[in-house]
This record gives sequence, C-alpha cells and structure tokens, in this order.
Amino acid sequence: MFAYCTDPASLDGLAWLACYLTTGKHMAFYASFGTVMLLLAITAPTALLFGFGGAVAARARFLPLRMLGKTYIAIVRSVPDIAFFLFFVIALDQGLEYLRLLALCPDWDQPVRQGNDFVVCSAAKLPSNSAPQWVHEVYGFLLAMFTFAIVFGAFAANVLFGAMMAVPRAQIETAEAYGMTRAQTFRRILVPQMWVYALPGLSNLWMVLVKATPLLFLLGVEDIVYWARELGGSVTPRFSDYPHGDWRVWYFLALLVFYLLLTRVSEIVLERLMKRLTFGQATTGGMAA
Amino acid sequence: MKTILTATAALALGTGMAFAAEHSETVRLGTEGAYAPYNFLDDNGEVAGFERQLGDELCARAELTCEWVTNDWDSIIPNLVSGNYDAIMAGMSITDERDEVIDFSDPYTQPDPSVYVSTMDDVDVENAVVAAQSGTIQAGHVASMEGATLVEFATPEETVAAVRNGEADAVLADKAFLMPIVENESELSVVGDDVLLGGGIGMGFRESDGELREKFNAAIQSMKDDGSLNALIEEWLPDGATF
Amino acid sequence: MSCVETIADYALRSIGFGERLLPREGYTLCQQFTLIGSGMIWNIYFGVLALCSGFVLAVALAVGKASANPLFRKPAEWVIFVFRGSPLFIQFFFAYLLFLSLKNSYPFFGAFTAAWAGALVVLFLNTAAYSGEIFYGALRSIPRGDMEAAEAYGITGWNKFRRITFPTMLRLAWPAYTNEAIFLFHATTLVFFSGFPAWQQRGDALYYANYFADKTFNPFVPYPILAFYFILLTLSVVGLFALASRRLNRHLPREARQKLRLRPNFLR
Repeated sequence: MFAYCTDPASLDGLAWLACYLTTGKHMAFYASFGTVMLLLAITAPTALLFGFGGAVAARARFLPLRMLGKTYIAIVRSVPDIAFFLFFVIALDQGLEYLRLLALCPDWDQPVRQGNDFVVCSAAKLPSNSAPQWVHEVYGFLLAMFTFAIVFGAFAANVLFGAMMAVPRAQIETAEAYGMTRAQTFRRILVPQMWVYALPGLSNLWMVLVKATPLLFLLGVEDIVYWARELGGSVTPRFSDYPHGDWRVWYFLALLVFYLLLTRVSEIVLERLMKRLTFGQATTGGMAA
Repeated sequence: MKTILTATAALALGTGMAFAAEHSETVRLGTEGAYAPYNFLDDNGEVAGFERQLGDELCARAELTCEWVTNDWDSIIPNLVSGNYDAIMAGMSITDERDEVIDFSDPYTQPDPSVYVSTMDDVDVENAVVAAQSGTIQAGHVASMEGATLVEFATPEETVAAVRNGEADAVLADKAFLMPIVENESELSVVGDDVLLGGGIGMGFRESDGELREKFNAAIQSMKDDGSLNALIEEWLPDGATF
Repeated sequence: MSCVETIADYALRSIGFGERLLPREGYTLCQQFTLIGSGMIWNIYFGVLALCSGFVLAVALAVGKASANPLFRKPAEWVIFVFRGSPLFIQFFFAYLLFLSLKNSYPFFGAFTAAWAGALVVLFLNTAAYSGEIFYGALRSIPRGDMEAAEAYGITGWNKFRRITFPTMLRLAWPAYTNEAIFLFHATTLVFFSGFPAWQQRGDALYYANYFADKTFNPFVPYPILAFYFILLTLSVVGLFALASRRLNRHLPREARQKLRLRPNFLR
C-alpha cells in the first residue's frame, strides 16, 4: 500500500501498524463487511417475499396449499438454522445441477449417484468448472442468500400470518359489505393494514437476521468472522511479514462494535418507521405511552 | 414463489452456459488455507505454502489449468464428492476411513509424525489433559488413550491457545504444524516421542474421477524422479523425511 | 451389536456414562439416533435452566427499563442493548476469555471455563436480555384502563404489580416469549460448535451430528436426524407454552382469548 511497506521488519509503531492494516488480507477483511451488508440488503426483501408467499399459502382455502404453507412454517421454524445450513446448501446445489442435467444432457446414461459421488455431465456443472473464480463466489453467495431467505422466510411467514389475523374483523366485513371480492379485500384492505401489526415482529426478525450473519462462513462465504479468525490467529515470522501473537480479541472486539452499531442504527430507523406507520392509527403501538 | 424458482433456475442455467464454451481443462483444487506450512493465506490473502507450490508445479507438468479454492475443513470431503471442486490438497493424511469415500493419489510426503507440545517439560501425556482439533486423526488417537482426557477445539489455533493458558496440559498435532510455533515461543516445547498416525499426505479425488488421479500420479512420480519434490520438502518441511 | 445394546452403551454418553469410546465403525442409523439423542440432554439442560433463570432477570430488566429512575433504567437498557445487539458466538468467545482470566486469580471460577457452567451463564444473560425487551414492550402496551381501574379499587404498589401489571404483561408477551424460547433452544447448539471446548467427547446433539458427518462424510443423514429431534423438542415447547397460555387467559371468555394480542407476534 505505502511505499515504505517493502520491509515491514524494519518498521515499528504507527508506520508498522499502517502497513499491517493495509495488507491484501486486511483489504479482503474490509471488503467482507460489504459482503455482509449486501447479503442483508438482498436477503431481507427476499425473505419477506418468501414469508408473504408462506403466509398467503397458510391461509389459502385450497387445502393442499394450506398444508404446504403450514408445514413450511412449522418445519423450518423448528430446526436450528445452523443444522439447516450444514446440509441444505449442498443439497440445493446438487438439486440445481440435477435439473440442469435433465435439461442439458438428455443422453446422459450414467447414474447420478455413483457410490458417494454425485456426478453430472460437465455442461451441467454449476457454475462451469472453467468459469473464473468470481463466478463461483457469486454463485456461492447466491446459494447462501437463498438459504437464508428460506429460513427467515418461514419466520417472516409466521409474523405476517399473525398480522393478517390481527387486522380487525370489522375492516374486512365493511369491505365485503361494499361488495369487494375476496381478492380485492385482500389487496386493498388486508395487505395495506397488516404492516403495522407485522412491523414489531419483522423488526425483531431483522435483528435476529443481522446476528445470524456469522453463520455465513458455514455456507462457504468468506465473511467478516472468517477473516477475523484468520487475521487474529497468531502467525510466525516464517509465514508472514507481519508476525504477531494471538490477536483474536482485538478483531472480535471490532466485530462487536460493528454489530452493536448496526443494531443501534436499525433500532433508530425501525422506531421512526413505526412512528410513521402508526401515525393517526388507533393501535396500541400508536397510543403506547 | 413459483416464478422466483423458475427465474432462479433460468438464471442458473444461463450463467453456466455462458462459460461452458471457454477452455475446458480447468481443475479446481480445494484447500483449507489455515494449516501452515502446508497451506495458508499469505499477507495478500492468496493461498500459499508447500502445497501451493507443489500443486502449481504438478498442474504445469500435467498440462492443466488449476484454480485454488478455500473451503472449511469440516465440509471439505462432502464438497469434493458433490463436485464443487475436483481435488483436495489440504495436508490430508491418507487414512482407511477417508479412502472408503474418496480416492487418494500417491503420497507426496512421507508419513508426518505428530508430536505433543506443552509448557511443562515433564508432563506425562498418557495421563494428561490433551487438546486436539476436533475431527482430526489426533483427536481420534487421544480419545482412544486410556488415561488421557481429550479436549476438542474447533480450530488448530485454539488448541495451541489452550496449552498457553493452561486449559490443557499438552496439544497433539502434526509436527510440521507445531514446529514453527515451538521455534517462535520459548515457553512451549516438544514433549515425548513422535507419534505415527496415518499414512503420508496425498491428494484426494472423487472415486469416479480415475483419469484425473492418474494424471496427477504421473506428475507426482516425475517430481519424485527428478528430485524436485525432495527440494520442496526440504524448503517447507525441514523436519520431514524425503523420498 | 444389536440396537438395544447400542442404546445401553450410548444413551447417556453425553454426560459421561456408558462406553468410553465413540463408535468407530458401522455408523448405523441406530448409533446415530442414539448418540445424537444423547446429546439432546445438553440442549435441554441449557435451554431449560437458562429459560427459567433468565425469566427472573428478564422481569427485573423490563421493570428496570420501564422505570423513571435513571439509576435503574440505564443499566437495564445497556444490558439489553449489549446482549441483544451482538451475535451469540462473540459473547461466547469473550465470556470464555473472561472466565479464563478470572480463573487464574480466583479459583472459584474454575468451573466456568467448562461449558456446563460458563455457557449457561452466557445463555442466561442472553435470553434475559431478549425476554426483557419483550416484557418491556408488553409493559408499555398494558391498557391504561386496567391500571386506572386498579388504582380506583385502591390497589397500589407491590400489590398492583403482583396482581395486575405482572399477569397482564405476561399475557401480552406470551406469543413473543414462546418464540424466544424456541430461539433459545436453537441457540444451545452453538455452545460446542463455536464457543466452549468439548471434554472427553461429551457434547450436545450438534456435536455428535458433526462427529458422524465427519466420519461418514455424508451430511444428509446426521443433520436431518438432528432436525427431527429439534422438531420434537420445538413441538413440546410450543405445547407447554400453549398450556401456560391457556392458564394465563383462563378468566377470558373462549372467543376473546384469541383477540388478546395487542402487539401481536413480535419475535424475539
């Protein structure tokens, strides 16, 4: 980074620190904060979408759809997210490759499972073996995002389901009295009104999602926790220009500050949103002293 | 929800096809990147170490384009058999258990002994609290020792830390991993004799991928023949035996 | 070896009884079910104890945060903020370090570097903070009329808290508190995974699931078994909480019971 960094062993104090904190490894560490924020920014709306789908399915009149929605909510909510992450991503990846195998290699005659191996034709590999590394990373990131969305979608579905039930009956009845169809009532009355009931639940869910991001490293994404462990561990002079002892405390302290800040900012934003949503509405949120 | 699935699938199908046309002989090598001197991340965050140099040379000799990928140790074999990379080069000892699931190349190191490291010179490791990384052959070994108490940690770093702070009396790990640490810290020292566990270290392949294994076996053999493998071992594993 | 023998050998393995060595071959479904089930003892131990002890502190924190006196309010706010605002595994990491250094100066803390005590303390504080926030939200939602009616009857002070505020708070918070209980049981899987070391291969359900995934290199069997156990556990937790909820709301007419969800479903 800096010109004087060519021989770190001769440096000390701030100059050494400046060089140390700008190594390629540290740059990757800083970039991973972006990864986490990006994941949060994409996952939250996707999970909300899954949750909406799940909630609508769970209150559908068509029985199999209702069962499907309820099972999704019940099962995914019951299983610890960590256990889910440990096998689901590989299953998802294999599922996608199997679909591609069916689509791209119609004359493939070998079994897909050969002993322990999962084998598909090379065209069906996802991403293709010769794809540059960043494509693999983006793919891994998308898988992680999708998995997060499925897990948190179930929780969001539970919240939205409750919120839909919480919209006062009278509102629905009035809509029916005006001759709105079920779909119209849903679109014009239920959905706009449910958000205020859903927001406390959804904001808590957001807090839980923020704190679940350290699990990213289980999904093969090199996130802040991965780099903090990697950088904090002691290194001997043989393998690095910047040998140091066990510095994990400092890196984890930095993570702690990051998470506390993120939580504080979220709290403030969500509080404002709640004030706006409850403005003029006769709910407890609006009236709470 | 269904449209999302279809859209994702379409996207997935699309990205793959765009790259399928490029050169086909890329081999992806999976490693842990946290096991110096075999493999670790250098200051620039690149995979480095004994296996990086060896792997690059093997790929050059086998005329393959190689790409390094890091993966968590716990899931390194499931990801190989699932096809996320084509070979493992991660300081992995050849054991019967692993051999049932994947195929190994010929070993590229002699069996690497494990050693105990402790802050005390006179500790009786047979009746001590011994730290090891969970899921390693060392953890399995300590678990089967009658008098010793096994303490498992998730990372190799933590096992050494446990000895420094007195939680464990000694740590059992690969000699090549522990020696650089012992040389650097005066309070740590090797106790007892070397423990021989597992075979040498080899590359791991899918059992259905015999062709690739043969290519690398030929390359390993040629490096053994012209002495370049021994030169690498002497450079990176000063305590290791040569071929 | 028959399955009954396996169960006899390994059902209590996680707390140190039975066979000393973990299975080293076979890895049958029976072995996996037994050992992972054995590990569930720890998940239940951590979950139940942390939940019960955390409940008391949570009520104190909620009352503290709602208090007008900054001497009570500030500490309660900070405890809730720090423990709700940081990931559990970072809390485990720092707690472990803290207990290690305390242990060197005071032998009393010797037990706390082991998971059974150390992790329990962290989980206790963690769930107290989360539940405290839930209870605090419920406290703020108690209908004014209830309190005014109590005062009109001359019920004040401790009596008012015990007979009006506390039960109403519980009633309002119950759905969210149920969710917190589910999350807490899930969180117990992190204890050995990224927190405390496992001694003599005594670990929780995830530890053993991980062991089998590691030995068989096949994640598709042990983790679904773990999921199965957790589905059972969650169902029982939800069932118990529903029973408690029925008791809390027993004074209400049947159809009104559903309606008493003033701030509905806030998770955690």
